[in-house]
Amino acid sequence: MTAALGHFTLILALLVTVYGAVAFVVGSRRRIPPLLASAERSVLVAFGLVTLALLVMEYALLTSDFSIRYVANVSTKASPIRYKIAGLWGHLEGSILLWEWVQVLFIGIAVFRFRRRPHPLAPYAFAVLLGISAFFLFLLAGLTNPFQQQFPAPPDGRGLNPLLEVTDMLVHPLLLYHGYVGFSVPFAFAIAALLTGRLDSEWLTLTRRWTVVAWLFLTAGVIYGGWWSYRTLGWGGYWAWDPVENVSFMPWLTGTAFLHSVMIQEKRGMLKVWNLVLITLTFALVIFGTFLTRSGILSSVHAFGEGPVGVFFLAFLATVVLGSLGLLLWRAEHLRVPGELDSLVSRESAFLLNNLLLVAFCFTVFLGTIFPLLAEAVRGVKVSVGAPFFNYVNVPIGLALLFLMGVGPFIPWRRASWASVRGNVLWPAAAAAAVTALLMVGGVRGFFPLLGFALSLFVAATVFLEFGRGIRARRRLQGEGWLAAFRGLLNRNRRRYGGLIVHLGVVLLTIGIVGSSTYKQEREAALAPGESFQVGRYTVRFDGLQGAEAATHFRVWGAFTVTTDGRPAVVLKPAQRFYQGYDSPFATVDARYGLREDLYLILAAFAQDGSQATVKALINPLISWIWLGGVVILVGALAAVWPGRREAKP
Amino acid sequence: MKPRHVKFLVGGLVVAAALGYLIFGGLQETLVYFVTPTELREQGAGAVGKALRVGGMVEPGSIAWDPRTLQLAFRLSDGVAVVAVRHRGVPPDLFAEGRGAVVEGTVTPEGVFQASQILAKHSEEYRPPREGEGKAELRERFKSLLQEKPGS
Repeated sequence: MTAALGHFTLILALLVTVYGAVAFVVGSRRRIPPLLASAERSVLVAFGLVTLALLVMEYALLTSDFSIRYVANVSTKASPIRYKIAGLWGHLEGSILLWEWVQVLFIGIAVFRFRRRPHPLAPYAFAVLLGISAFFLFLLAGLTNPFQQQFPAPPDGRGLNPLLEVTDMLVHPLLLYHGYVGFSVPFAFAIAALLTGRLDSEWLTLTRRWTVVAWLFLTAGVIYGGWWSYRTLGWGGYWAWDPVENVSFMPWLTGTAFLHSVMIQEKRGMLKVWNLVLITLTFALVIFGTFLTRSGILSSVHAFGEGPVGVFFLAFLATVVLGSLGLLLWRAEHLRVPGELDSLVSRESAFLLNNLLLVAFCFTVFLGTIFPLLAEAVRGVKVSVGAPFFNYVNVPIGLALLFLMGVGPFIPWRRASWASVRGNVLWPAAAAAAVTALLMVGGVRGFFPLLGFALSLFVAATVFLEFGRGIRARRRLQGEGWLAAFRGLLNRNRRRYGGLIVHLGVVLLTIGIVGSSTYKQEREAALAPGESFQVGRYTVRFDGLQGAEAATHFRVWGAFTVTTDGRPAVVLKPAQRFYQGYDSPFATVDARYGLREDLYLILAAFAQDGSQATVKALINPLISWIWLGGVVILVGALAAVWPGRREAKP
Repeated sequence: MKPRHVKFLVGGLVVAAALGYLIFGGLQETLVYFVTPTELREQGAGAVGKALRVGGMVEPGSIAWDPRTLQLAFRLSDGVAVVAVRHRGVPPDLFAEGRGAVVEGTVTPEGVFQASQILAKHSEEYRPPREGEGKAELRERFKSLLQEKPGS
């Protein structure tokens, strides 16, 4: 009954969505306002229906209705309620249902926002969005029907993969999906612009906020993923260049390039084709990621490996890419632009170089991800591309981007001279050089780490200088207090100053990456109770092992007392979890987190009688700065999009 | 073409060429080939120092493991050739004699494979619990570690 209701709702939603897409196009072309109004209502209905399907699924999950195969796949009777809820996105079918729900939610918000001030592009964009939505509903209604039943219903389900049974499961996927789906909105407006031939910058300005919000969610999702990986997966790192991590990172890179390149079009009317290509690429990479993770050709921690659904994603991907390309060629005549670049040294050039680097970065990640597949398919050899490749290529690219971040925002448009930039970069460069020299005296070595720190300091200094000058000027001219001056400055050009705060966050993040990857220390030791060992400035004493039973698993943990130069002792309890039906245990790490460094313990092995434990200790310097940087990035991005009136010019 | 266009074109090409060189050069430099013990033997001294992955079965009776020094030595075989492997660190949970294993590392001039990593065939895939894998068995297995003794 429940299953039938859920499935029927999805089929109905598919029909409504298709109707809405057609109605938007016909209503707009033939100018039939009632048809457009009905199309808008159909969006509301589709949203209601998909929400209903989602609630039905949650109901089945919460009531442990194992006659629905999906429910049995992702939950057990004993699962805590929050993981029953999270079961919705724990596996292939449910994750597509959630995706589709976010999709119709975003369409609904978009329709609502354009209701007050209709725009000729909007109906076409909505039609495109409903088309995307129809694709997911088509999958849900047939191939990946989450409400598929099984008889007889098993007495209990198998439950989520234990790696997913952590609180982060309630956050990370939601952030990512909002980011992924968010980019469909600017993409849809780009397609609408091509369809209608309204190829000026309208589609960009209309979706500017959407783009930043999508980027914000994606950024938060990617960084949160790293945080989750670090605290939960128990290997001591935050990013493994795992294919599934890579596919979430690729649209981020092109999306970031897009955020920058739109400014050239808005300001100078150039790069029309490039912007259309970038947003199409971003959306295509989102679909590509979905294809790669759901087609079963990859084995990875978070791949949903199975099934023929991959073929459909591939077909959808081909439609998106070829369709956009065809439209671009069709409109090629109208995409000629009168403007041209004036000088090699200009804001435009800085943005262009930034785009080139970000796209190269993305290509590197793409190549590294698919090369093993290609090599095996084409040459029949098995190869693996790992962190060394990504670091080899991306460290120089990343440093070049960092450099641009320091000078780019201060190079004037059109044509710049050294004199015009000097005032903004000379002092920061000098300050960065001085501090870097101090670091060298203090014993910091290595070309890339030093360059990384130097450039980070340089960028930070330029940002502080810019804010400092702006605030001082406002205080002098308008007699404002510090805070009021800061707010006034932000309000005057939210995008610029919000963006600079984002840059500051990136700097913190870079310092964290450089510090933790360069100065990491690692030690393993096998200890009997009462024994201790030294790692860095810490003494770690093994006190003993304990075991306990939890709802879904059995847990064994070691107690380790950590002491360091006179500070109060801390007890860390890294553990292993044993689940029925899994051969290997799952690690739960424990750590002493700090701004200077984290001490991170992994219980690697133990004797079953408690007489010995092997522990792996890692010291990760500055790693907290990564998460701190993430927060600053979010604050900056929020500041850039926060609704608020521009300050009236005095 | 105007001189300015030429400047942009040349600038763009130089940057693109540098990036291309970086990417494809980097790939050549860092690619890790997956070989069998037989292929490794065929490569002979040519394999020394190259980053490789070797997969095979852990020969029964070949594991020497010292938990105090964390030194691990064993032999990997594909039925034709055998490779001696050394590693420092705790072997992964699924590592055992008679089972498959993949190691990543390099061949030393002495012909020993120095593994930087042993890749467990980490089966995160679910399989139905076998007989004797229930909660009760887990409790029994770890009974000396339980805080509260069952039944108390």
